[in-house]
Amino acid sequence: MSSIKRRVPVHVLLIVAGVLSLFPLYWLFLTSLSPTQYVVRVPPEVVPRELTVSNYQRLFETTPIVRWLVNTIVIAGVITVFHLLFDSMAGYAFAKRRFPGKDVMFWLVVSTLTVPAQVTLIPVFFILRTLGLLDTYPGVILPGLADVFGVFLMKQFIQTLPSEYEHAARVDGASEWQVYRHIIVPLSRPALAVLAIFTFQRYWNAFIFPLVILRDPAKYPVQVGLATLQGEFNTDYGMLMTGAAVAALPLIAVFFAFQRYFIEGIRIGGVKG
Amino acid sequence: MTAALRRHGWSYLFVLPTFSLFVVFTLLPVAQGLVLSLQDARVTGGSFIGLANFGTLADDPVFRQALGNTVLYATVVVAAQVTLALIVASLIQPLGTKSRVFYRALFYLPLVNSAILVAIVWRWIFNPNPFGLANATLGVFGVGPFLWIGSSDQALLAVILSAVLTIPGGGVVLYSAAMGSLPRELYEAADLEGAGPFAKWRHITVPLLRPTTLYLVVVYTILAFQVFERVYIMTNGGGPNNATITIVQLIYSTAFQFGRYGLASAMAVVLFLMAMVVAVVQFRSLRTDVEY
Repeated sequence: MSSIKRRVPVHVLLIVAGVLSLFPLYWLFLTSLSPTQYVVRVPPEVVPRELTVSNYQRLFETTPIVRWLVNTIVIAGVITVFHLLFDSMAGYAFAKRRFPGKDVMFWLVVSTLTVPAQVTLIPVFFILRTLGLLDTYPGVILPGLADVFGVFLMKQFIQTLPSEYEHAARVDGASEWQVYRHIIVPLSRPALAVLAIFTFQRYWNAFIFPLVILRDPAKYPVQVGLATLQGEFNTDYGMLMTGAAVAALPLIAVFFAFQRYFIEGIRIGGVKG
Repeated sequence: MTAALRRHGWSYLFVLPTFSLFVVFTLLPVAQGLVLSLQDARVTGGSFIGLANFGTLADDPVFRQALGNTVLYATVVVAAQVTLALIVASLIQPLGTKSRVFYRALFYLPLVNSAILVAIVWRWIFNPNPFGLANATLGVFGVGPFLWIGSSDQALLAVILSAVLTIPGGGVVLYSAAMGSLPRELYEAADLEGAGPFAKWRHITVPLLRPTTLYLVVVYTILAFQVFERVYIMTNGGGPNNATITIVQLIYSTAFQFGRYGLASAMAVVLFLMAMVVAVVQFRSLRTDVEY
């Protein structure tokens, strides 16, 4: 009993910290739902008196936000699917198979893990220009497939799997592809879920690469679109917050649906952006 | 050769897609970035000029400002984030499993949002008007209003505060996981000697968590060195008199607004070296780490 009593102040402290931490998000949604005249009221009102969806109507009517969201789903979705396939294949080879050059290849991969992505920004821009891929979806997607965090994650996980199933499958005459497809992939499901969530979040939120690679606003992912809204509606805070709210909602929904994997992902893969 | 290929062909097929993409879009670009930093590369092509770009950077007050801002931002933000993560994780640890899971999620939720979105909200909070939330909050205590992002003295402070005022959920999760696996014997011994909860935390928990602390310092520092979206959005890419300009912001404008790719690549190399120094420091201090 006394220990429960002692914990009350701790809970209060943590809840206050949590509320403060979430407050910007609350403020974002509140502003987006407030009539324009309330947005610039002095002092600002933390509890709403009147809510409206007029900002949302205006946003959907005057900006290509829906197009941007679809673009983002396509770009982040395609990158995620390919990462799941390629990273589990490479992770399996690096974790379980022996072949000449393996150590050198893996060392090269790991050595670039701490290189800031901006270091490759200008050269990647040149390479895409040479390939004629500037201002195209493949131009945004291909560099996204080159990040090696997932290979590392999958290798670490697959290493911990017992090898007996693989050996048994081979004895039964399974091909190497079947071993990967029917033994490794099903056993790796927890790590694949973590990788899917992380990759999707990472490319849903990507900014500087698409900003540099894309020119046509109709191709923008939603983050780049939001940045242009910031320029266009410089002081129209209601409109800006509405754009941000629409961009935030899908990921917040994903978070509530797959919360466990977000937390698990940090424990397996560490803090990544 | 063919025998080796037959034996290892599948292995190479498994690594081929990832590794070829990695070579084209990561490994070669890193090498090309180094080469570009030694060239006078502009929109119309360029020639080899040795280390001249780095000399230009050393004399450039705007780059020095960007370097100083980046280091200051990283120092303050990383110190605050690691401390906050440690304190919050320590508070969560003694609670039941259900509470722990709840609080981890609570503190992680704000972090699923993009840097752009977060920056847009903080720009709104730190806007110079009296209806700005920061000004209104401080106004309750009779302080302000401040110009914040509109002033060359306060813009960087606003950017730093926006980062410091968020609980670093990832760090909380990592600390929390590390605390769950600390050996119990030391605590039992301390109990026998009558140590209080704070003494145990200070002399057992904190030192044992050193590997996690080091990891977080390195990762958060490298991330903080790359600060861009906050500055780009909150202060229109650098603020009044370049008050908030950072290295990545300057790389972006130098390359993609002014077409000076060589000079921008030299800045990227500086950023690369900064990240490498931090990573090496971590590696060395981990090697000399005391085993408990």
